[in-house]
This record gives sequence, structure tokens and C-alpha cells, in this order.
Amino acid sequence: MPDLTDLTLVDALQALRRGDISSRQLTRAFLERIDSLEPSLHAFITLTPEKALAQADEADHRLRLWRGDPDQPLPPLLGLPIAVKDVLCVADVRCTCGSRILENFIPPFNATAVERLLRAGVVILGKTNTDEFAMGSSTENSAYQVTHNPWDLERVPGGSSGGSAAAVAAHMAPVALGTDTGGSVRQPASYCGVTGIKPTYGRVSRYGLVAYGSSLDSVGVLGRTAADVAVVFTLMAGHDPLDSTTMDIPVAEIALNGTENLTNLRVGVPEEYFIQGIQPEVESAVREAIHTLESLGAKVEPVSLPHTEYALPVYYLIAPAEASANLARYDGIRYGPRVPAKAMWDIFRQTRGAKFGAEVKRRIMLGTYALSAGYYDAYYGQAQKVRTLIKGDFEAAFKGVDVIAAPVAPTTAFRIGEHSDDPLAMYLEDVFTLPANLAGVPGLAFPVGFDSRGLPVGMQLMGPHFREEVLFRAAHAYQRVTTWHERKPEGL
Amino acid sequence: MILTLTEVEHIAELARLQLTEEEKTRYREQLSAILDYAARLQALDTSDIAPTSSVLPTRSVLRPDEPRPGLDLADLMRNAPDTEAGQFRVPPVLE
Repeated sequence: MPDLTDLTLVDALQALRRGDISSRQLTRAFLERIDSLEPSLHAFITLTPEKALAQADEADHRLRLWRGDPDQPLPPLLGLPIAVKDVLCVADVRCTCGSRILENFIPPFNATAVERLLRAGVVILGKTNTDEFAMGSSTENSAYQVTHNPWDLERVPGGSSGGSAAAVAAHMAPVALGTDTGGSVRQPASYCGVTGIKPTYGRVSRYGLVAYGSSLDSVGVLGRTAADVAVVFTLMAGHDPLDSTTMDIPVAEIALNGTENLTNLRVGVPEEYFIQGIQPEVESAVREAIHTLESLGAKVEPVSLPHTEYALPVYYLIAPAEASANLARYDGIRYGPRVPAKAMWDIFRQTRGAKFGAEVKRRIMLGTYALSAGYYDAYYGQAQKVRTLIKGDFEAAFKGVDVIAAPVAPTTAFRIGEHSDDPLAMYLEDVFTLPANLAGVPGLAFPVGFDSRGLPVGMQLMGPHFREEVLFRAAHAYQRVTTWHERKPEGL
Repeated sequence: MILTLTEVEHIAELARLQLTEEEKTRYREQLSAILDYAARLQALDTSDIAPTSSVLPTRSVLRPDEPRPGLDLADLMRNAPDTEAGQFRVPPVLE
């Protein structure tokens, strides 16, 4: 039998339905691969093998019943193993958010995204590593471990969904959930050579996602192909009464069958994303991929997003401001460890001082300052106004094009420790992913080449609000005529 | 540097973060560098621009105010570091 961990989601589901394989076999194959690779990759914070095998057995039981009566409806992902980033609540499984301040937190409920996938029949393998509270671009800010890039163990997998990206790249899970506040799905997808969607803001419920920057946070998916990611995205998306920012807009079935041609697709290329300092191999791979879209029939034209350079300072005022409010709830009273003290204020100060990591404290401080009396207008207020300009750039561009194609990050994966002492240099890794979050538009990252060190290069397609299906169709068409997404890291 | 040590201590107090002397020095340098970078936003004339707090059309979301089951009390309390009789236990707040 071929290695079951090489199956795509689409192929695995077919094999499960036909009865060629059982969910237990598939789940065991992934758990065994996790066992063998985890010591070198550190992609997971918590593994749940017993629960996973119990869910797999339940799925096998239902698959057997269904084969006896195939007219019955079948949950669309029945028996499929997935991994979940450790900032999304899975009931009765520890949720740390990569932080010591939640080291023993057991959520009593499921995030809506998780709940919908469980109803669709998935098996949860475990919770993946993340920068603390999703604040970071490398997973080095996890309080538990640094995840290593499967393509080069000396390098970061990107972040903050670095555990999910590494797990998918290394075939430890066919798909994994991630979250994207400033690039945290797309940048690790790019660094690890996998496909990842950051949906439109308000497309996927944030209920049960531990909040970081509430006007920016989105729940996404990472997988090996656009087709796989589209299936999971469609099942998670849609209106949720538990998140008032989700929009009541129907989630279209994403039809990827048949020969894809991109004849009516207008692709915009923003000059502002091909700046000085970009790694030449990244630029050439992305430009080559844009040529490939053109060869499939797309019309390519230049567009301008003139306020791109301001996205970084805008994001690093707005996101920390929202974080400083969201993280006020960690006070050592209702959950998490408590540093004992005689006075209530000292419990707050000492617990937060001792249990938050350096980057989280840095962003809380930055956000508190940006919101404080006397500085609000100059920092937070001005950032919100410039956010309007950035959003306006996209609205103007999408009057003339259907999608915007750009690099995900200026470079391929950097070395572990390379930016540890310079937070601003780390923030600059996010320069191409932040604008989509500030404008709320969807972005889909996928591999379009490798550099001379053998590290993956990613491209992102961004589209208008709620037009994810256009991104998936374009990426799927690209993946039908290229093989970058089929490469697997050697020597693990 | 944009921030003084006193300002750093003031921000930490607002945020209820106890910092070591070493952290205060480091955050003073790092936050000053980040704020210096952010100062480029001041160059943009935004006098006619409305702020964006949400990227989606803002609308009121209402639902009938009907009682429904909530989470189990034991489930809610099991994560708390100190509880008594179904309540969170804290030191005296008022002397």
C-alpha cells in the first residue's frame, strides 16, 4: 500500500468512501508519522491520539452503515484527520495559545470553525504550535518550543501558524487550521511550500478563536492543494449567530472540476510589492507564476496600491491597541495560573508580568501607549485614518481587476534566531501580508518555486471581499499545470 | 529616544504589567524605535479622511432576548486558580 500520509484530502475522502482504507488506518498513519518527525520539527503543542482514534472508529462505524445504505447523507469530511492551531478552542482539550498564562486552560466549548468541521466528520490529531497569542512571524515566540521548517531544520517555518504549516508540509496532517491577523496563515504557508487561505474578514466565525486583534483576526486553512483547502474553507465559512461580525452571505460551492482556463480573469500586479530588498529569486518565481496565469488565458495588467508602505506602521499600532484590550482578561482570577499576592492589583501585575512572554508584553505596552490619553489621536486615530486609505487602494484596484498577484513575503524562510533581537526587523517580514488584513480582503498563498537553497517561494492572490472562489479557481488552474505543490521535503 | 523611563513605567502601570529593570530599559529602546518608525504616518494629510474601525458595513445585530441554556458552572470554574462555593476567590479588595 502507498504511504497513506501522501494522500491529498480529496483522494483520502474517496478512498474512505470506497472502503479502500479505514479512518483508523489513515489516522494511525498520520499519528505514526507525527511520532517519528515530532522530535525534529516540534509542530504540535498537544497531541490527542486517544481521542483521534476514538473519533476514527466512530467514523468507520458510520462509513460501514453508509456503505450498506448509500442513499443516506454522509458528513462530507467523515474520517478525515486534521490538525488545529492552538488558538482555536477544542472542547476538553488544553488550549495554550502558545502562552504560559493559559498553560492549563481547558475550554468547555468548541470554536465554531472546529464545531462545523467536527459535524462534518473530522478526526482531530492535536493542537499545533503558534507564536504566543499568534503574535509573531516565526513561532519563535511560542512559550513551549520553536517549530523547525521541514525544508531546512535550521530555519523557521514562519508564523504565527508555523506549527500548522510545518505539519502540513511534512505530511503529519493533510490539512490544518490556522489564523491570520497580519499574515499568519499566508507567510508560514509560503515558507513551508503549502497552500493557505486567509478568508475575507467576517467570512468565518471567530467564536472560540482566542482574540488578538479583533478587527483583523480571521480563521483560515492550510493544505497541500488549493482544491483541498477549498473543501475545508467552504465547510467552515458562513454566518454564525455567535459572531456578530460574520456576514449573512451565502457560501458558494467552489466548483473546480473540468479543464480550467482563466480567459476572463484580470490579474493586477502591484508595483509596490516588488520593492528594493526583495530576494531576487522570490521576485523571479512570482513573475514567472504570473506568466503562467497569463498562459492560461488571464489578462495581466499593472495596478497601484499607493499606500502599501504605510501598512506596516498602521498594523503595528492597530493590532497592539486591540491586543492590549483583548489581553486585559488575563489577570490570574478566572483562568490560568496565579502568582499569589496580598493585594488584588499585585496579583494582576505579577501574574501578567511573569506569565506573558516578551513579544506579548511588548505589544501590550505599544498598544496601551497608542491608546493612552494625549497620544490617541497621533497614533491610534491616525492609524485608523490611514487604514481607510489602504482599504481605498484595494477598492480602486478591484474596479479594474479580479485578483491581485504578489509575493507573500520579501524572502524565503529565515534562520532561527536571525531576528530575535530586533522586533522591527521581524515586523518587516509581514510587509506584504498586512494590507489584506487591514482591508479585510481574502488572500490565498501557494508555492510557485524554490530558491537556490531549496526553500519554497510563495505567491498570494488577493481578491475583493467574499470572492474567495475566484482565488481558489486561479490557484487550482495554476496547480494543474505546475508541480511545486507536489514536492515533499526530503530526509526527514 | 521618544520614550522616557518614567513613561515606560507609566504605560506598564496602565497595562498592569510588572516589569524588571532590565525589561524597562529594553522596552524603552525597542518601543522608541517602533514609534519612531510609525512617525511616518504623520506625514500623511488625513484631515478629510474618516477612520476605519471595521472593514465591513457596520450594522446593528439584534436577536430576541430569550433565556437559553449557558455553560455548566462546574465547566466554567474548573479553569480558575482559586474557587470557593462556585465562586472565584480573591484577596480582599476593600480594606
